[in-house]
Amino acid sequence: MEKKRGAGRFLTSGYLILVLAFIYLPILYVMVFSFNDSKSMISFEGFSLRWYEAMLENREMLESIKYTVIVALIATGVSTAVGTIAAIGLSKARPLVRSIILEINNLPVLNPDIVTAISLMLLFLSAKIQRSIVTLTIAHITFCIPYVILSVMPKLRQLDDNVAEAAMDLGATPWKALTKVIIPQIYPAIFSGALIAFSMSFDDFVISFFTAGVDVQNISMYVYSMKRFNPSVNALSTLIVVTVTVILVLTNLIPALGERKHKKEDS
Amino acid sequence: MKSFFRMSYPYILWIALFIVAPMLMILLYAVTRSGNGTITFHFTLENFARFLSDPTFLKVLWTSLRIALITTVVCILIGYPAALFIANLPEKRQTLMILLLTLPMWINMLLKTYAWRGILMNFEIESEIKVFIGMVYDFLPYMIIQIHTAIAKLDRELLTAAYDLGANRGKAFLKVTLPLSVPGIISGITLVFLPAVSSFVIPKLLGGGNYVLIGNLIETYFLVAGDWNFGSAISLIMALIIIGSMYLTKKLDTGAEEE
Repeated sequence: MEKKRGAGRFLTSGYLILVLAFIYLPILYVMVFSFNDSKSMISFEGFSLRWYEAMLENREMLESIKYTVIVALIATGVSTAVGTIAAIGLSKARPLVRSIILEINNLPVLNPDIVTAISLMLLFLSAKIQRSIVTLTIAHITFCIPYVILSVMPKLRQLDDNVAEAAMDLGATPWKALTKVIIPQIYPAIFSGALIAFSMSFDDFVISFFTAGVDVQNISMYVYSMKRFNPSVNALSTLIVVTVTVILVLTNLIPALGERKHKKEDS
Repeated sequence: MKSFFRMSYPYILWIALFIVAPMLMILLYAVTRSGNGTITFHFTLENFARFLSDPTFLKVLWTSLRIALITTVVCILIGYPAALFIANLPEKRQTLMILLLTLPMWINMLLKTYAWRGILMNFEIESEIKVFIGMVYDFLPYMIIQIHTAIAKLDRELLTAAYDLGANRGKAFLKVTLPLSVPGIISGITLVFLPAVSSFVIPKLLGGGNYVLIGNLIETYFLVAGDWNFGSAISLIMALIIIGSMYLTKKLDTGAEEE
């Protein structure tokens, strides 16, 4: 019996390692080949930083990184502010009104991206608005807000209404009740909503593709439009993977580590 | 407290302008002929008739549904055992595994697909297989995480009870774990099948230029052919199929939970 268990455990770990290998294969592959001293994607011909240098000289690629970051920052800021305030407002709305608005809010989440994308494109074109970084940013704000609301709303429902009421009974203005009582309690939900919004905006391709016009492109659009395989993309991917990992470790793991430490001290 | 509701006004204006109005425009374009004036519209159903009566278009729709379906089934087949094995790990290693599965989800899908393009360049494989690899790769983590969440919530006492009543491991799995993890499989399906139907990046990057799914068809009619009316009709048909199957799976889900 013991032996059988051991064999079983060996098999299950083997299976999980295979799944992880599949998931990390392309990521490790681009990381390794970003340092390749040749254009080949098959054989590694020595270490070099030439693709990183090529990346720094590639204006089109650098522009796409710049646009991606600018749009993601603005979209995150606006959607987090508007979404949080809207969620707080909606939590006080009549149930029917709230559920209708939340259904509409869900549309961009449930709809295929391509439908959201062409609907916005039709709007801009029909209104004769030139597609540019402005329309791109509007589109990003539009699909980011729902995620902020979906992240903040459940937390708001857990809040005790009486606390805000009590604050106002004690003379706080609604604004003070909002900033001193409600927001501090839902801060973690706001933060994770903002993180999701940033990542959605940073990674978006389909909606950007239809709403950005011809003069502006983000990283995804740049990669999509490339005619030939370009190893500089490996360098770019590597930098993004490293950045994402660092951000996730800082935002996710460190609190978790802190908690663990906390528990240890308690025991 | 009513004054608080006023805080949602900017947002309500925003969704009216950028969610509701654009969706209505798709609807309007889908049921009209080109050459709309600002006041006059030529209403017609011919855009839908054109799609539904042309075998080429129906074939594209069928291919999209078939690929999405196979992708979903493969994701369940690979993902279910993975989710089950993860759920049996000690708690700390479970958290680590979930973290390792979540991490790549934060990385730009286009870059990951581009990486697969680099890898698959080295092999002579049919383009459809390449598309499958790309799709399964993209969606597998979602499936594993959904199923794992369902299994992890499961009350372990139920399994103990099943063993006490004489069930062996296989029977306990079939009678306890599997039925109770159905909601996880269903939410996994909504996260895999629905986006897979409309995906058009993976077919384009991995399948080569002549591999057309419904998403690519919509792109062509909007950006190349410039036929917005027909493009809108195709999008509407696709959205209806997707929202319809979403509704069905939700029904299944509540049905399974009530059992």
